[in-house]
Amino acid sequence: MLESMLGWFSDPNMRWILMGSLLLGLGSGVIGSFTFLRKQSLLGDALAHAALPGICIAFMLSGVKSVGLFMIGAILSGMLATFGIHFVTRYSRIKQDAALGIVLTVFFGIGVVLMTKIQHSGNGNQSGLDKYMFGQAASMMLADVYLMGAVSLALVLICLLFFKEFKLVSFDPGFARGMGLNVGLYEQLLLLLTVVAVVVGIQAVGVVLVAALLITPAVAARYWTDALGVMVVLAGLFGALSGVTGTLISSTLSNLPTGPVTVLAATALFVLSIMFAPRRGLLAKWIRHNRTRKAVRRGLEVQTAAAMISQHTAERGAE
Amino acid sequence: MMFDFWIILTGTLVAATSGILGCFLVLRKMSLVGDAISHSVLPGIAIAFMVSGSRDSLLMMVGAAVLGLITVFLIQLLQQGGLQSDASIGIVFTALFAIGVILISRNAANIDLDLDCVLFGEIAYVQWDTLIINGYDMGPAAVWFLGITLLIVLAVIGLFYKQFKICAFDPALAAALGIPVALFHYLLMGLVSLSTVASFESVGAILVVGMLIVPAATAYLLTDRLSIMLLYSVLVGALSSAGGYYFAKWLDASIAGSMITAAGLLFLLAFLFSPLHGLVARFSKRRRMKSMTA
Repeated sequence: MLESMLGWFSDPNMRWILMGSLLLGLGSGVIGSFTFLRKQSLLGDALAHAALPGICIAFMLSGVKSVGLFMIGAILSGMLATFGIHFVTRYSRIKQDAALGIVLTVFFGIGVVLMTKIQHSGNGNQSGLDKYMFGQAASMMLADVYLMGAVSLALVLICLLFFKEFKLVSFDPGFARGMGLNVGLYEQLLLLLTVVAVVVGIQAVGVVLVAALLITPAVAARYWTDALGVMVVLAGLFGALSGVTGTLISSTLSNLPTGPVTVLAATALFVLSIMFAPRRGLLAKWIRHNRTRKAVRRGLEVQTAAAMISQHTAERGAE
Repeated sequence: MMFDFWIILTGTLVAATSGILGCFLVLRKMSLVGDAISHSVLPGIAIAFMVSGSRDSLLMMVGAAVLGLITVFLIQLLQQGGLQSDASIGIVFTALFAIGVILISRNAANIDLDLDCVLFGEIAYVQWDTLIINGYDMGPAAVWFLGITLLIVLAVIGLFYKQFKICAFDPALAAALGIPVALFHYLLMGLVSLSTVASFESVGAILVVGMLIVPAATAYLLTDRLSIMLLYSVLVGALSSAGGYYFAKWLDASIAGSMITAAGLLFLLAFLFSPLHGLVARFSKRRRMKSMTA
């Protein structure tokens, strides 16, 4: 297994794929930090499911499997889905969670109908559409990998460029508006970046699990720090690490889709963080708890001793 | 003809079971917990499969119900640790689903359970997987299991209707009245896992989520009374499974997908035209108010 892993490193094709999944993890970790802080973690899940009809329609219209076209279709239907969620919560008494669930399943249902329609129409070129369910990084075309890497890199750069604005919008939109910032614009931009990150991630991780790429590294990073800058960097690192681990393991062992392995790598990082992070981690909390308890007990002992002494002297004085 | 009948019956049973439970989820603002459960029962099913080596439905149900409760427990645990509820849902269900997918794809050779079937179901084959007792053909097995699940759900909800109702609308009041809120919470979640796994084989994970949320939300727009909401939810579910089936037949496409699409269409209708809470009713009410003040 180790040998074949080393073999992968010398294979230029595989090197590119690894590079691609590294950049993908980096990009979605960075974007995920903002969506997590804006309390929109599950939006990624809805967007991923909602991308399916867009991908299918793009295929039906063009008849070719072009990742670029798929991306445009997916982005359009993702935007439509966010609009739908917003519209339903705004104009009815349906709450956010139910609106998210409705849009997610209905879009996905339409997508499944379209996908089976394509499969039954006997178009020979359709094979591989089902790869979108669970992702298969190792079988990606080189051109797709370039695209994935480039788009992820662009995501990171845009976040770097607008870091200050995004920070304000994520933490205190009211204050940002007071400062004269065009909050709506930056919110839309963040949303667009989220859609793009999800759509790029679908290829490598699949529809069902791509949400984890956004959520898990960001939450894990949150345990280590209170500074947004550090958190974004850490989330990007965690994402990149899980992307590389997932791709490596799934291409070495047979019968293993990339998505689940990547997600489990991210979950492992999350579990490590929740256990061992300084201050916020369970271990740190436990140590602090123990220390406080000891301090309190010692304080109590001193107090009772002092009380006994003073009582004693008082009794003495009375005699 | 019999073919149509069995498929629509299966769809309706799924819709009725999930529709009833979905009402409580929507009211308690926990729709996405239903989504999480329907994904994370997968490893339970896979493990039951590996242990028994067969499609022993009873064992699969137990495995899935256990995983469903573990999911709820883990989500609660992370929430108590101070994490937002949606983030904890996202982390837990993706991790468990990933474990399930890995278990299934690593043992693909000896497990006769393919992932497409898990996601989309095989409702078209319902009729041929029959239950045979003492050599008698008792009809499709899925119908039996779904029917029994529906009866269990009806019995539990019917028995504790008042408690579930108070817990759904005002958990704090329920706790003050001495109702064990946590117990009923886990009971509801257990029922959701049970119905998920009973529906799994025939209609797949995605349809279950849809049937949990969409008809209940549609009913929520149509009435203000819980008992009527439950009834509407079941009706909407049944209508979308029948309508969806004929739609799928006409299009030659996925039945489960079409059923959700039909449910989505009904939701859209209710969203626009519900006499109580619809968009049109809202606007006409606003216009009337305007003309009155003008």
